[in-house]
Amino acid sequence: MSLTFLLLAVALLCALSFVFGRQRAIALSGGRFSNLHSLPIHYGTYTALWCGLPALALLIVWYALQGPVTEALIINDLPVEITSDTGKLSLALNAISLIAADNGQHLNVAPEVVEAGNRLALLHTISNTALIVVLLCVALVGLGLSYRRIVADMRARNNVERIVRYLMIGCSAIAILSTVGIVFSLMFEALHFFSKVNPLEFLFGLEWSPQTAIRADQVASDGSFGMIPLFAGTLLITFIAMLVAVPVGLFSAIYMGEYASPTFRAWAKPALEILAGVPTVVYGFFAALTVAPFLRDTGSVLGLSVSSESALAAGLVMGVMIIPFVSSLSDDVMSQVPQSLRDGSYGLGATKSETIRHVIFPAALPGIVGAILLAVSRAIGETMIVVMAAGLAANLTANPLQAVTTVTVQIVTLLVGDQEFDSAKTLSAFALGLVLFLVTLGLNVFALKVVQKYREKYD
Amino acid sequence: MTDMASLMEDRAATTDAANLRKPVDWDSADISRSIKKRYAAERRFKTYGLTAIMLALAALVMLGYSIISKGYSAFVQTYVQIEVTFDPAVIDPEGNRDPAVIGRANYDGLIKEALRARFPEVTSRSEKRKLYDIVSSGASYDLRERVLDTPSLIGQTRKVWLISGDDFDMLNKGYISADTNEASRRLDDDQIGWFQALQNGDAIEKRFHTRFFTNGDSREPELAGIWGAAVGSFYTLIVTLLLSFPIGVAAAIYLEEFAPKNRLTQIIEVNINNLAAVPSIVFGLLGLELYLNVMHLPRSAPVVGGLTLALMTLPTIIIAARAAIKAVPPSIRQAALGLGASPVQTVSHHVLPLAMPGILTGTIIGMAQALGETAPLLMIGMVAFIVDIPGSAMDAATVLPVQIYLWADSPERAFVEKTSAAIMVLLAFLILMNGLAVLLRKKFERKW
Repeated sequence: MSLTFLLLAVALLCALSFVFGRQRAIALSGGRFSNLHSLPIHYGTYTALWCGLPALALLIVWYALQGPVTEALIINDLPVEITSDTGKLSLALNAISLIAADNGQHLNVAPEVVEAGNRLALLHTISNTALIVVLLCVALVGLGLSYRRIVADMRARNNVERIVRYLMIGCSAIAILSTVGIVFSLMFEALHFFSKVNPLEFLFGLEWSPQTAIRADQVASDGSFGMIPLFAGTLLITFIAMLVAVPVGLFSAIYMGEYASPTFRAWAKPALEILAGVPTVVYGFFAALTVAPFLRDTGSVLGLSVSSESALAAGLVMGVMIIPFVSSLSDDVMSQVPQSLRDGSYGLGATKSETIRHVIFPAALPGIVGAILLAVSRAIGETMIVVMAAGLAANLTANPLQAVTTVTVQIVTLLVGDQEFDSAKTLSAFALGLVLFLVTLGLNVFALKVVQKYREKYD
Repeated sequence: MTDMASLMEDRAATTDAANLRKPVDWDSADISRSIKKRYAAERRFKTYGLTAIMLALAALVMLGYSIISKGYSAFVQTYVQIEVTFDPAVIDPEGNRDPAVIGRANYDGLIKEALRARFPEVTSRSEKRKLYDIVSSGASYDLRERVLDTPSLIGQTRKVWLISGDDFDMLNKGYISADTNEASRRLDDDQIGWFQALQNGDAIEKRFHTRFFTNGDSREPELAGIWGAAVGSFYTLIVTLLLSFPIGVAAAIYLEEFAPKNRLTQIIEVNINNLAAVPSIVFGLLGLELYLNVMHLPRSAPVVGGLTLALMTLPTIIIAARAAIKAVPPSIRQAALGLGASPVQTVSHHVLPLAMPGILTGTIIGMAQALGETAPLLMIGMVAFIVDIPGSAMDAATVLPVQIYLWADSPERAFVEKTSAAIMVLLAFLILMNGLAVLLRKKFERKW
């Protein structure tokens, strides 16, 4: 509410300063715009930018720092017996934020905590009021200063364009910043994890059972964190998915590109692309409620025992999801093979299929391999299908009829529900995330390089 | 030795040449057999291709069929007609029609009373409890609304239609069969008997289920609706759009029009391509760590969801916008520059408007992806069970795909049809958005 209000206020001030700046420029021009260095609109934009940008920057910084700062202030005032124990502290902080949000009447907590909750509510009010005052001051000061700087021969357009250019550079930098953010946030928590669990045990351990005691009174084992079974499960499901997606995707691409009539292509291609647009949670539902029971029933008819969370069901559905990905990428690659190669082959009397198999496919092979690698990386990172259709128990098996679990499933199960950022259980999700990120990144970089190189070859 | 080798090569060449010179009999049996074989291979190959496409389309049809056949029945809901006595002693004991008193009355008791009156043969406690399941626990709120609307009802006995419990709804829709073993179904023979008695008295009806579109989540399948999730999705997407569209377009313009071709630009470019392929769940981990643990933004809030999804959609928008900007021919830029426009003016007055349809198409497709995204939102706590409709982007909320995930996990049979129906609604939104994108492209696409 207050955020919307503040944004609206800043927008209003910007609009006002635009009008003011423009009016001032028009007044200075004395009716002849040629007396000005730039158009009046540039003077308006100049004041609007100086009014809005500092205010916006302040708003972002304020919201980013408000939480950590108030928390630090609150922790400072709590008694030592609460702050010394991280578990107690996080419980107390939870209670405090509930009390501050006026939801904590039912809580049975120490009076210090209640007092801290009230203090937090007070701090929030102070912070919000202070923000409004400071923000309006900054906006008005920006408006005033830039307004006073307007003179007839001020280079307003160049100034505005310089600011716009810096803004655009900043926006491009966000792409890099988010990569840096991913690496740092994963690294930070993963290093925490590795200070509790030996990295070698994590990378090469054969057993995964992350049940550790979150509270001291819980009965639980120490937990073991070996990620090999998770990766084996991921690879098994990925392999099944590729068994479906690669032949179907490749052959559809070949048929679309080389055989299909324009009318067939016109409706079949978008129809295939629908498969790519279906949300993964829908595939997950399909896998769990239609495909898995069907496989189990078929299995019991054939005398096989198929788990109701078999790797096969998840893999098959994931394969269907990836078909359009493989087919559109390999379609791109194959259509880049120069026509001259085709013509040469036809001229020698080869049939279409012979041309495809002996000329186009070998020529496009590096690109197709790149496409398949990209598809593999997507299958490894796919989450919802496996969360809904694959199992939770980490079995080390190559039998597709049994339940296996994957890296992404474990990340979701570890982080949905109780999170405790000082237990190895929660932190292991970040270590898994780091491995997942590195593996997919490696695959992507390699695949994109292959595709790029291939493209250059025929350009 | 070398002589020997060259001699043999010569001889091989001459024999090859001799063979070639021999005229080929194109009508010979060998050749026609071989041609037949090659043509058969050609037909086989073509069939493989067609089969592959048909397989993929069959999967699509199966997916659609399984969802529609499971979900279409969720749009209607079973209602039960019961004769309710609006007892003044229960509703308004003081008789002054004070809404506060009327609002607090025990309507649940009225409904139970009415059910007992309809089936006087039910006497034991456990049997009564089974009988009460016929009417949903949410029906008392309906009754309350009705009395508050028309207080003149108090003191009358009226036949009213009340929403039924989920198990009886399933029975009415045929998902629970009376023929199966009593122990293996949710309703026992008595309950089915009562239901059939009501059915014979024309007291059972299926009506359009408006609640499904107007309610928030609920533990009771017959009361659960998707409006809360839809509003949550809306707020999340608005935040995503407000952040990723301007930032994405600005970045695309810079990279395409202004950036010097140096190492840094190259790094940014590789970076964006890789970001587009990072698994979505990794963005969820980033959101959890950055927004919740470092910045202490509220858990489960659409703001955080939008911030997370914005980072995820950014590469999609940048890539689409760059392609659209690249498609504007250089002659446009040269003409503008030639007339004395500055580079920024050239872009903002000419290149950007011409590229806008392409950029918007890419943005809509990115938004459609964000609308269907589930995994990163699970990480930032949008899986909480939330009954209230969120009033702003800072309130705790859930989104449509997460609602689907939550319902798919619920054990009640009735949630299967709710899940499928929610999927249909989600797909309808996606089709709408993608249709809009196609329309935009068709209408404004320019070939230079």
